[in-house]
Amino acid sequence: MFFWSLVLIAVGIFSSFIYGRSRIKLNSKKQGTKSKSLPNYYAQYVLMWCLFPALIVYFSWAIFQEQIIQNIVISNFEYIEGAVYNEGLLLAEIRNVANNPSFADGKSIEIINAASHYSSLKQISQISFYTSIIIMMLLGALYASQKLKPEFHVQHTIERYIQYILIFCSSVAIFTTIGIVFSLIFESLRFFAEVSISEFLFSTEWYPFIPIREGQTAAEGSFGAVPIFAGTFLVMVVAMCVAAPLGLLTAIYLAEYASQRVRKIVKPLLEILAGIPTIVYGFFAFVSVAPFVKAFGQSIGIDASPTSALAAGMVMGVMIIPFISSLSDDVINSVPQSLREASLGIGANKAETIKKVILPAALPGIVGAFLLAISRAIGETMIVVVAAGTAPNLTGNPFENVTTVTVQIVVALIGDQEFDNPRTLSAFALGLVLFVITLFLNIIALQIVKRYRERYE
Amino acid sequence: MNNSIAKEKIVSLRKKRSLEDMRFKYYGFTAMCLSLAVLVFLLYTIFSKGYTAFQKTIVLLEVDYNQEVLKLTPDSSDEDMEKGKFFRVKKQALENFFPDLSKSDIKLVKKLFSINVDKEIKDYFLDNPEVINTKQQIWVTAHSDVDQLLKGNSRRDVPEDRRKLNDIQLSYVDQLVEENRVKQVFNNFFFTKADSRHPEIAGVAGSFMGSLFTLFTVFILSFPIAIGASVYLEEFAPKNRITELIEVNISNLAAVPSIVFGLLGLGVLLNVFGLPRSTPLVGGSVLALMTLPTIIIACRASLKAVPPSIKEGALAVGATKTQAVFHHVVPLALPGTLTGTIIGLAQALGETAPLIMIGMIAFIPNIPTGLTEPSAALPVQIYLWVESAERGFQEKSAAAIMVILIFLFMMNAIAVFLRNRFERKW
Repeated sequence: MFFWSLVLIAVGIFSSFIYGRSRIKLNSKKQGTKSKSLPNYYAQYVLMWCLFPALIVYFSWAIFQEQIIQNIVISNFEYIEGAVYNEGLLLAEIRNVANNPSFADGKSIEIINAASHYSSLKQISQISFYTSIIIMMLLGALYASQKLKPEFHVQHTIERYIQYILIFCSSVAIFTTIGIVFSLIFESLRFFAEVSISEFLFSTEWYPFIPIREGQTAAEGSFGAVPIFAGTFLVMVVAMCVAAPLGLLTAIYLAEYASQRVRKIVKPLLEILAGIPTIVYGFFAFVSVAPFVKAFGQSIGIDASPTSALAAGMVMGVMIIPFISSLSDDVINSVPQSLREASLGIGANKAETIKKVILPAALPGIVGAFLLAISRAIGETMIVVVAAGTAPNLTGNPFENVTTVTVQIVVALIGDQEFDNPRTLSAFALGLVLFVITLFLNIIALQIVKRYRERYE
Repeated sequence: MNNSIAKEKIVSLRKKRSLEDMRFKYYGFTAMCLSLAVLVFLLYTIFSKGYTAFQKTIVLLEVDYNQEVLKLTPDSSDEDMEKGKFFRVKKQALENFFPDLSKSDIKLVKKLFSINVDKEIKDYFLDNPEVINTKQQIWVTAHSDVDQLLKGNSRRDVPEDRRKLNDIQLSYVDQLVEENRVKQVFNNFFFTKADSRHPEIAGVAGSFMGSLFTLFTVFILSFPIAIGASVYLEEFAPKNRITELIEVNISNLAAVPSIVFGLLGLGVLLNVFGLPRSTPLVGGSVLALMTLPTIIIACRASLKAVPPSIKEGALAVGATKTQAVFHHVVPLALPGTLTGTIIGLAQALGETAPLIMIGMIAFIPNIPTGLTEPSAALPVQIYLWVESAERGFQEKSAAAIMVILIFLFMMNAIAVFLRNRFERKW
């Protein structure tokens, strides 16, 4: 449906363009004056007036059609006294029957009725969709063509419209942020209506198992996220223990010691490391590193589980090496040459210059780079999902199974999502925590780096 | 005397210091080599685990297309042919696979073959209807357990109850190898089929198409918006607080974890707008929002690289600002913006977590043909296979990684080519 309507819109704007062009030529010939702008601008004007109303119709249909139809179907549904219905399941069933008549066998009569109601509504909606697109395009073009007079300065208007479009494009980023913040906060509020904030932030028990059906005997779920935060922290620390020395030393070597040729070869190779999808690192952790960690743990007498904080953290560390090394490389390179020369001039050798002069001078920038890397490590998902496990252990032992914020978000949202139970909603609360922490780290890091840059410019 | 002691001290100190210098340099060198070694080891692991997935094991099976068993006649119509009793032919073929098989043995033999064998027997017949009433030797796909055994991925020396194939089945496989009734050929299924519960007939075609549709959506959405935004911020935006807010916003958005964008997609695109779950349309929209900051930053850099003299020249001959920008600056910056977009797309291609959030993790056994059809994507497919307990999926996941890495490599190569071919140094 939406493909053909796009074709329809394309035909509409094409013909409106042609129409606008010929119309203004005709009008200016009639009046015997030259038009104030080139004919193409008038044509664009008609085109825009034809396109935008159509797009508004198009998107409002795309967004609201399904919802409205579903609401109508549900509100007209002939409920049978005494039976209990799950609205989501009911809708899915109705949709299935409507889309696929062969599913109708064995379904109750009210569902079949609702399904035929659903498909008839869909048909009505489709017809009215096409008619309203055509009407809107015609109305728009009609309005625009009323204004096609040679003395109309259409170019100014067009340029103003273009400005509006550009402003809309740049505000998409703002809308995205607003969307993120609102969806996180809204769903989190629903979560905190059932689970208290203090329990979530300070309790150490995470058993998000809620009885799904009524009468099912299961323990009351508890949502203390402390083990999750601790697990995230542990994995992050392991990752930084790998990435910070390796990344920083690599950056120092590349910036201060390496020849131009080595730099030219090594930098793209490190970029490859940065460009590898995280799921690939997850596979690597799962297939190579985790068995190795387990064997290593056993050889030194520690009972390591097949998925562990150490395996996930080490591989995550490898993932952020290029991140740290390229940021630190930039920072070290922007330390003024004069500092280096002064230090070498009074007889310090290269290592001393680096340790006593360059690193202290570059320290704020390096700290900023580390903070950005930490925020990356906290938000990283696939490596930990595959290699860190899902058991909420409150432990400092990196050989044990731990879980992280991102893992719990994935676990809560995989499979059936019922938005009325705290298990699903907990994902949004965890997401909110993750968002706030990473945002905070980023703002601090960017501030530090910015101030550092200003100092040497 | 004193002098020489002092001199000695200085010499030894200098030695120590230069040793320290050497050591420090050596640390840096080691760190660099270690990072690169991990890269090599990573690629080696993937290749060594994955290359076997490009081969499949096939077994020679003698099939008797008897017309009575099939319940067909040589002049049956095509529709009747479709309805032939091929499962009976297959049953017969398996019963005669080895001489003198007991009922329980037949069950064991059956497990050596893929579930796809019925279809292969049928397809062979439909392609060559003249074989009716003849015995045909055809190569059919072996079960993944046999496949893994012959590739050496699963071991025979573990106790019988921990093996997929028991001792009798092992002896069958050995007999087949001896009689040359089994061989390994190129695994076309891997490139032509979608996901499956059975490793031997699972392929990446479905998830590859899903990824292509997703990337298409990302491109359609993010390229125009990114160009619009960067043109505005670079050329038109007044220096005020709102502009500053937008800029800060974009740079912070670039560092938001991808999984949060997945939550955005779930909370807003699926739950509020009711877009269809598990589809490339939603996946692409989420990834477009995620890669937008990256692309905008790249586009702004390439717009900035166009010298102002070009715009000024256009303004001097009477163009309006809009004309100067859109007729002169943007076309010159286009190669750079395209390069940035491709790099953003490469980032989107490897992203897994947001797609899991919006349900592109569902098991989809057919190849999607449109933007609004449920489909998988390559990285999610890899995740599903990595998590799968079935042995045969491990090599598939490594092979799928090879596919995605080649895809990424090609995208980056195109980006570099565009940059080198069209970028101008002013």
